[in-house]
Amino acid sequence: MILMAVFVYGLIAANFATSATDNHTAAQATGVQPTVFVGIGNYLDLLASEAFQHSLKNLLLYTVVFLVGTMVIGFTWAWLLERPMRGEGIFRSVYLFPMAVSFIASGVVWRWLLNSNEGEQALGLNRLFQMVGLDFLQNPWWNNITWGIAAIALPAIWQLSGYVMALFLAGFRGVPEELREAGRMDGASEWQVYRHVIFPQLSPVALSALIIIGHMSLKAFDLIMSISKPSNYQTKVPAVDMYVFKSSFDYANSAAVGAILLIIVALLVIPYLIHTNRKEASGR
Amino acid sequence: MRRIGVVATAAAIGLALTACSGGGDGGGDGGEGGGDGGTDVEVFTWWAAGSELTGLEALEAVFTEQHPDFTFVNGAVAGGAGSAAKDLLQTRLQAGDPPDTFQAHAGAELTDYIAAGQLEDVSDLYTEFGLTDVFPQDLIDLLTVDGSIYSVPSNIHRSNVVWANPTVLESAGIDPAAVPADIDAWIADLEAVQATGVTALSVATTWTQVNLLETVLMADLGAEAYIGLWNGETDWAGADVTTALEHFETLMSFTNTDRDGLDWPEATQMVIDGTAAYNVMGDWAVAAFEEQGVERGTGFVDFPVPGSDGQFGFLADSFTLPVGAPNPDGATAWLETVGSLEGQVAFNQAKGSIPARTDADPADFSEYQQSAIESYASDAIVPSLAHGAATPIAWLTAISDATSKFTTGGSDLATYQEELAAAAG
Repeated sequence: MILMAVFVYGLIAANFATSATDNHTAAQATGVQPTVFVGIGNYLDLLASEAFQHSLKNLLLYTVVFLVGTMVIGFTWAWLLERPMRGEGIFRSVYLFPMAVSFIASGVVWRWLLNSNEGEQALGLNRLFQMVGLDFLQNPWWNNITWGIAAIALPAIWQLSGYVMALFLAGFRGVPEELREAGRMDGASEWQVYRHVIFPQLSPVALSALIIIGHMSLKAFDLIMSISKPSNYQTKVPAVDMYVFKSSFDYANSAAVGAILLIIVALLVIPYLIHTNRKEASGR
Repeated sequence: MRRIGVVATAAAIGLALTACSGGGDGGGDGGEGGGDGGTDVEVFTWWAAGSELTGLEALEAVFTEQHPDFTFVNGAVAGGAGSAAKDLLQTRLQAGDPPDTFQAHAGAELTDYIAAGQLEDVSDLYTEFGLTDVFPQDLIDLLTVDGSIYSVPSNIHRSNVVWANPTVLESAGIDPAAVPADIDAWIADLEAVQATGVTALSVATTWTQVNLLETVLMADLGAEAYIGLWNGETDWAGADVTTALEHFETLMSFTNTDRDGLDWPEATQMVIDGTAAYNVMGDWAVAAFEEQGVERGTGFVDFPVPGSDGQFGFLADSFTLPVGAPNPDGATAWLETVGSLEGQVAFNQAKGSIPARTDADPADFSEYQQSAIESYASDAIVPSLAHGAATPIAWLTAISDATSKFTTGGSDLATYQEELAAAAG
């Protein structure tokens, strides 16, 4: 517990302290030159800068695409597998398997799949589209300045849909058979059983899935780094900015970006924690 | 609850113990071999593969011969074209655990380390080893910061070289032996190539685009005004910079669309394969041609970026003496080897670059290297931007960001120039 206090909360405090100084150069980082307390100055500068706004916009877009994609696909798979069928185990493994691959490794493959050449020089997915006669689907993928980051959400969706499926499948299995029977006895159609009996019981699962995927999305870094490069404007997100600042000895801005990310995650997670806590308390 | 407490305490003690023993190991690292006063010299580089590794091994052989009292310890960190090594180095220096000597690009990239008080002044060693007489004055001027020198270069590379595929040029009706006089003439050739359906100019990710940008700036501004960009004498918002940026924009319009997904070897490979006519890259690219048995003259031609003839866009790897190095005598011995004629010849024969010393015999080197040695001796030496010779890291980062934004269509030329001017402060 002491270790937690020092190495987690202590360091978070140190991070906030650094982010409130003007520690922007190597000399200040080593203490050769003094640093001055500037309060929230770094935050204001960052939030006002066009580059950081672009990163935040990218992060939002990435999160939305990633969340919607994994939730929709994961839920659909779970629903399809929910009814007992032959070879269910195989499907489950196949869908879940991409999660076993690291983001870095899959990023290397997806960098090639998402090659932005079109026409004669096309490679990867664009080439595939040509071969099956869907030429109009060719696009520059992550090199599009506005929507590029959404293309990087594709591999992320590919990797984590199976996980969301597993969560939902567990949720489906957690609904006692008696409830369904009772619904059917009351004359509900199969759809109505889903709509009024099963789906409402899945909402805690959906909420946890949202939280897990959502916070993973905010931390997105490795996948982006292995497909793109830190200096590529089209795929910048705050985590990449943090890395770039750190590499150029700008510790104060780096810490400020880290703090902003922490605050965003906290805004997402804390209401959920309060919600579950209340429920547990009332359940007792 | 009590049980949890016990487990947590036990875990805490366990971790504390590992931490201690870890610390002990770390301390042992520097002076290992160690109890007898420390003969180990840890040489920290990112030379972990290819011609760079062969070069390091050649240098190690010379070191063992010249200084048998010391033991070479390879501290190479692989990955990310040096970025992994630089990150680790940054952490180690900050934690007060420097290697005995580390590799860094010579020039302004050292500014941060110098300002942070992490490097020793090695000017005295220059006199002691007689380096002041054998390094060109241009180079020494570029290495000197406020009257002091902080590193010893092991080699010299050139950044402003065009590599071209003669077969592709001929099929576009261009004489491969004729070098365009300036960027405008080159653009005419690029148009001719593009008309044949081949990618006219191959380029890769942001840093190679910055490499292209710097060569255009050299070509359009000339050596003096180009150097002025870095010392504040040339105005970034000026009209001649605008012309250069317009040229850069035009050149980028001839490039492959998947550039941001590639690194330099893939872009150079396009010239080797004949899917692109030209590529601008530093002269380490020559190794890519030679490794594949492509002959200079028939398989590829090289010339300075049109308009930048007479300028030598220089970058150099160099070695330093960090403050608090565990074995400063060993590090000094290493620096002596790095600067020595024998060391420079052995290293550069293996790596494909050229010696920083002017007294090496050109006959020991390959045909391309001989031409580079000749230019190095006669041309104006100007610092490369993309490779840390011209600016501190933060400035280069700002230029890279602005360039990426511009080439992906996130800003127009006027905004780009404003951002470059703002980066210059």
